[in-house]
Amino acid sequence: MIYYDRVSKIYPDDSVALDEVSFSVEPGEFISIVGHSGAGKTTLVKMLLAEEKPTSGSVFFESVNVHDISRNAINTLRRKIGTVFQDFKLLPQKTAYENVAFAMEAAGRSEHEIASDVPHVLKLVDLGEKMNNFPDELSGGEQQRVAIARAIVNQPDVIVADEPTGNLDPVNTFEVVQILKKINDLGTTVILTTHNKGVIDSLKKRVVTLDRGKVVRDDREGKYIL
Amino acid sequence: MNWLDTKRIFRAGLLDFWRNGFVSFASVLMMVFTLFVIGLAMFTGVVLGSTLEEFRNKADMNVYFTTDAPEANILALRDSLITLPQVESVAYFSREEALAAFRERHQNDQLTLQALEELGQNPLGAVLNIKAKDISQYELIANFLRGQQALGEGEPQIIEKINYYDEGHRRAIDLLAQYTNTAQLIALVMVGFFVLMTVAISFNTLRLAIYSSRDEIQVMRLVGAGRTYIRAPFVVEGVLYGLIAAVITLLLLYPLAWWLGNSTESFFGGVNVFTYFITHFLLFFAVITGSGVALGAVASFLAVRRYLKI
Repeated sequence: MIYYDRVSKIYPDDSVALDEVSFSVEPGEFISIVGHSGAGKTTLVKMLLAEEKPTSGSVFFESVNVHDISRNAINTLRRKIGTVFQDFKLLPQKTAYENVAFAMEAAGRSEHEIASDVPHVLKLVDLGEKMNNFPDELSGGEQQRVAIARAIVNQPDVIVADEPTGNLDPVNTFEVVQILKKINDLGTTVILTTHNKGVIDSLKKRVVTLDRGKVVRDDREGKYIL
Repeated sequence: MNWLDTKRIFRAGLLDFWRNGFVSFASVLMMVFTLFVIGLAMFTGVVLGSTLEEFRNKADMNVYFTTDAPEANILALRDSLITLPQVESVAYFSREEALAAFRERHQNDQLTLQALEELGQNPLGAVLNIKAKDISQYELIANFLRGQQALGEGEPQIIEKINYYDEGHRRAIDLLAQYTNTAQLIALVMVGFFVLMTVAISFNTLRLAIYSSRDEIQVMRLVGAGRTYIRAPFVVEGVLYGLIAAVITLLLLYPLAWWLGNSTESFFGGVNVFTYFITHFLLFFAVITGSGVALGAVASFLAVRRYLKI
C-alpha cells in the first residue's frame, strides 16, 4: 500500500534527515515509527503527504509515486490520508464541529452528509457535548480528539499520527492510543510516530526504529529499543 | 467551482470577517484611510482643474480698431480669425457698444464722464475680443494679425492696438501658462505619491492580517483543500473590507464636501465641491468602491499565494 524506496533527504546545510530508507506498509497494518528527536520520523510523514520531496528515492502510495503527480492529485491523495499532529493544528476561528466539517467540505461532500457524519464522529471521540466549542475552549486531550475526528471523518485509507501524544498527559495519551487502536481494528491503516516508550510497549504492533536517518530495526511485534 | 463550493466560500469569508473582529477592524480602518485619500485626490483634481480653467478663461486678447475703421473690414477680419484652429471664440464690440461699456465701467467717475461729454463725439474704436483654445496660442494669433496688417500695405491701417503687443501683458500670459502647467504637474505627482503610499500601507495591513492565518492555510492544504477553495474566502474577506471601507469613506466625504463647498467656491472660484460631489456621486461611488474592492481582492489574493506553496 505504502512503499518507501531508498528514500534520502539531505537539507541544503548538508544535514542528513533520511538515508536510503526502505520499508513498506500493508493495508490494515498498525505501524509505529520510533526514534529520538531528529531521527527523521516527521520527515518520513511529510514525504508521504507530499509536503517535502526526497533528495533521492521514491515514496509510493497505492503504486503511485506521490512526488510525481499533479497538484490536484496531491489534494486527492491528502484526502485519502487522515493526519493527526502533535500540536493538533486545528483552525482556531472554527468550532470543533466546523473543524471536522471543513475536511468534509474540502472533499466536496454534501451538506446532508456533513450534517449526519460530523456529530456522529464527534460522539465517537466523546466530544458530542462540545461540538460548538472553539479550540481555545477545549483541553489538549479534547483538541487532539477533534483532530482525530477530523482525520477519520472522510474514512481515509490511512491515518498518519505524528507524535499525537507529545503534548498530552498520561490519561489523555492512553485515550488517544485507544482511539487509534479502535480505528485500526475497523480496518484503517495507522502510521504512528512517537518516542513514547510506554505507548509502543503497550501496543505490541510492528515497530520501525530510526536512528540518524537510517532504519536500524523493523520488528513485527516490537518494543521501544534504542 | 460549483454552487455549493461558492456558498461555502462566501459563508467562510463572512464568518472569518466576523470572528477576526480586531483584524477586520484594523484592515477596514486602513482602507478607509486609503480610500479617503483617493476621494481627496478627486476633490483636489476638480478644484485644481476648475481653478486653472478659470485662470485660462481670464486670459484673452483685445484688438482695438481705429475710429474710422470700416465695420465691414473688421467683420471680415473676425470671420477669418474664427476659421483659425487656435481660436476658441471672437466677440465683436461696435464703437457704440465699446462706448456703452466704457460709460458703465466709469459710472462712478463723474470727471471722466464729463470729459467724454466735452469731446462731443465717440473717441473709441470697435474692439474684437479673442479667446484662444490654449494660452500658448496667443502668440500665433498675434502673428496672424501682424500678417494681415502687412498684407494690407498701402491701405490705411485699421488696427490701432493689440493688447498682446503689450510686453507686460504678454509676459503675464506666458508666466501664467508656465505656472498652470507646473502647478498641474506638481499636484499630480503629489496626489499620485499620497495615493501610492496609502495603497502600499493598506496592502501591507492585509498581508499582515493573512500572515496571522498562515498556519490555518497550511492545515487547509494538509486536509486536501484545493488552492481556490483555500484562497477564495480570504479574497471574499478582502472584498468585504473594501466594501465597508468604501461606504464609511463616502459617508465621511459627504460632510467634508459640505463644509468645504462654499469656501472652495469663493476662494478658488468656479466650483463648489459639495455640488460637484452630489452631482457626480455615481462617479465617486464607482471610483471609491471599485478601488476598495480591487485593493482588497488583489492584496488578499497575492498575500495568500505566498502560503499556498506546501
